[in-house]
Amino acid sequence: MFKGDFIQNLPKIYGTYTGGFVVFIILMAIAEQAGVSAKNIGVMFVAFTVLIYALIGYLSRTIQVDAYYVAGRQVPTVFNGMATAADWMSGASFVALAGGVYYGGYTYMAFLVGWTGGYVLVATLMAPYLRKFGCYTVPDFIGTRYGGNLVRACSVFVLFIASFTYVTAQINATGTIASRALGIPFEAGVWVGLISILICSMLGGMRAVTWTQVAQYIVLIVAYLIPVFWISSKVGGGVFPHLMLGDEVARLGELEQQFGLVKNSAADMKAAGVPGGLKYISGSHSGVPEGGMAVWKYLSLAICMMVGTASLPHILMRYFTTPSVRAARKSVAWSLFFIFLLYSSAPMLATLSKLALMDPNLPTGIIGKSISEVQSIEWVQRWSEVKQVFIADFNGDGILQLNEWFMRGDVVVLATPEVAGLPFVISGLVFAGGMAAAMSTADGLVLAISNALSHDIYYKIIDPKADTAKRLLVARVLLVIIGAAGAYIASFRLTSILGSVAWAFDFAMSGLFFPLVLGVWWKRATREGAIAGIVTGILSGLFYLLWVYPKFSVPIFGSVNEPFLGIDHLRFGLIGAPICLVVMVVVSLMTKEPNAATQKMVDDTRIPTGKAILGKQH
Amino acid sequence: MSNKDAYWNKTKNHMIVTLVLWAFFSLVIFMFGSELNTMSFLGYPLAYYMTAQGSLLAFVIILFWTANKQEKIDEEHGFSEREDD
Repeated sequence: MFKGDFIQNLPKIYGTYTGGFVVFIILMAIAEQAGVSAKNIGVMFVAFTVLIYALIGYLSRTIQVDAYYVAGRQVPTVFNGMATAADWMSGASFVALAGGVYYGGYTYMAFLVGWTGGYVLVATLMAPYLRKFGCYTVPDFIGTRYGGNLVRACSVFVLFIASFTYVTAQINATGTIASRALGIPFEAGVWVGLISILICSMLGGMRAVTWTQVAQYIVLIVAYLIPVFWISSKVGGGVFPHLMLGDEVARLGELEQQFGLVKNSAADMKAAGVPGGLKYISGSHSGVPEGGMAVWKYLSLAICMMVGTASLPHILMRYFTTPSVRAARKSVAWSLFFIFLLYSSAPMLATLSKLALMDPNLPTGIIGKSISEVQSIEWVQRWSEVKQVFIADFNGDGILQLNEWFMRGDVVVLATPEVAGLPFVISGLVFAGGMAAAMSTADGLVLAISNALSHDIYYKIIDPKADTAKRLLVARVLLVIIGAAGAYIASFRLTSILGSVAWAFDFAMSGLFFPLVLGVWWKRATREGAIAGIVTGILSGLFYLLWVYPKFSVPIFGSVNEPFLGIDHLRFGLIGAPICLVVMVVVSLMTKEPNAATQKMVDDTRIPTGKAILGKQH
Repeated sequence: MSNKDAYWNKTKNHMIVTLVLWAFFSLVIFMFGSELNTMSFLGYPLAYYMTAQGSLLAFVIILFWTANKQEKIDEEHGFSEREDD
C-alpha cells in the first residue's frame, strides 16, 4: 500500500480514510442511542483513532536515511500543508485557545495574529532556501553554512531548549486528554500518550510522522468544526458563525454592562477556596484596552510569536520534505490555510460559549440564576467533581454573579457541546480531536530533537563513519529516550500548558532566527559571528526569563522584578533576539569575510534550480 | 549585472513588498485598535474582526500571492524547476 504509486493515490487513500472516520462517528451516534455509556464512547473514540495512527506508523517503517529524516522528499504540497497544520496546532491550540479568547478577549487574540502571521516570515525568509540547501535538520543548515562543529553544536543546544520546553507541554496535554477520555490517572495517561506518540514515529521517522500527521489533521479539524457549526445553529448564531456573529458580539457587550465586570481580590478568592487554574470573566470580550502600554503589549506579544514561529525547527523541517523549492513555498501557503480553518473558529466558539452561559434569555444561561438551581445542572455537577468549575457566592445573595462563576479555560472546548445540549458522541469526537492535536505536535517535536542529536551530534561530530543501520538505530534509541524524558518531566506537571508554549517561541527566536535569516540573506555573516550571536542571544534571553518570572526570580534573586518596558516572561525573546542580531553583525564585521566556497554556497542556495548543497544521502 | 544578480535583486524587492504587507496587517493596524473598533464590519467591531479573522485571512492571501509572484520571477530568469522535480 505504501509502495510504488502511493503518492499518486494519496487523495484516494485519505478520502477513504475521511469517509471511514465519518462512518465511525455515525456508528458511535447509533451506539449512543442504543444505550452505550458516554464513558465507553469516549474510550472507543480515542482507542480507534490512536490505533489507526499506529497502523499508519507501522506501514511507513523504513530503513533508508532520507526517508527517515525527510520522508524521501516527495510529500505533495497540499498534504505537506495538512501535516504542517497538525504539527503546528498543539494540544494548547485545540484545547486552550478558545478558552484563552473567552477570558482574554481582544488582548489575548494577539496570539492568533502571532501564530499565523509568522508563516509569512517562514515563506519569504526561510523555507524555500532551506529546502534548496538540502539539509536534514535545522542545525545541519547552520553547521554547513557557517562551517564547523562548534556552531553546529550551539544551534543543537538552542533547538533542544526550545523544543524540549514545548514537548513537555504536549505530552502533558496528551496525558490530560488520555486520562479524561479513558478514565485513568493523569500519570498513567502521560505514559499511554507517550507510547502512542512513539509508535507513530519510531519505525518510520519523518515518513511515518508525515502520514500520521495528515490523518491527525483530518480528525482534529472535523472534531473542531462540527461542534462550532452545530452549537451555532443550536443557540441561534446562524449557520455560518464566522460571518454571522456580529449581533452576538454586540449582545455580549450589553450583558457585560448589565452584569458588570468586577475584579475579585486575591484574598476573597483564597478564602472561598477557588481551585488553582480556574478563572472568571473580568475583561471585555471585544473592547480594545486604551493607552500606549496596552498597544505595546499587544504588538510585542504578536512580534514574539511571529518571529518565534519562523524559528521553530519542528515547523521548518516540514518544508524539507517537499519535492521542490516551488512546492515548499506553496506548501507554506497551504499550511496556513489549514491552520486558518481552526484559528478563525476559536473566537467564534468562545463567543458562542460565553453567550450560552451569560444570556439569561437562553435556556443554557446560568449567570443571574439562583446558585442552588445552577448547582443541580448535570454538567455543572460533573465538571465540579473534577474541580474544573467552581461557584463562590461572594456577596451571599444566592444569585450567581459573573464574577462568582469560575471555570478552567479548557472547559470551553471540552464542555460547550454538553452545555449546548449536543449528544455525547460530539464530546467523544472532541476528545479524539484533542488527542490528535497533542500527539501530532509531540511527534514532530520529539523527532526534531532526536534527529538533531542523531544526525548533527552523533553522525556529524562523534562518528562520521557510522553506517546507515547504525545511524538509524541511534536515531531510534534517542527518540525513545527524549520521549521518555519528556513524559517523566510532564508527569510532575511543572507548568501550565500555555506558559511554556510561549517560552519555546521566545527561546527559538533568541537563538535561531537571525543566524538562519542572515545565513541566507547576508553573505558577510561569518562563523564567529554566528557562534557569538547564538550564545549571547540564548543566554541573555534565558537570563532575562529567570530575572523577570517571579517563580524563578524570587528563589534566585530574592525579589520580584518589574518587567523592563513591559517585556514579561511571555516576551523575553524581545531581549534575546536583538542582542543576537547586534552581536552577530558586529562580530561578523570584525572577523574575516567568509571564503569563496562559502559565498558560492550562499549564491547557490538563493537559486531554486541546480543541485542541492547537501547531497540526497549525507 | 549577471542574470543571477538581477534575479536576486528582484527576489529581494519582492521580499520587501511582502514584508510591508505583512507588517501592515500584523502590526500597523493594531496600533490603531481603539480607533478601528469604532467602525464595524459584518456587524463586528473592526479591530475585533481583524484580530479574530481578518488579518489571518489576509496572511493566507498574501502567502498564495507571494508564492505565485515568485514563480513568475523564477520563470523570467530561467530558474524554474522542472515539473517532475
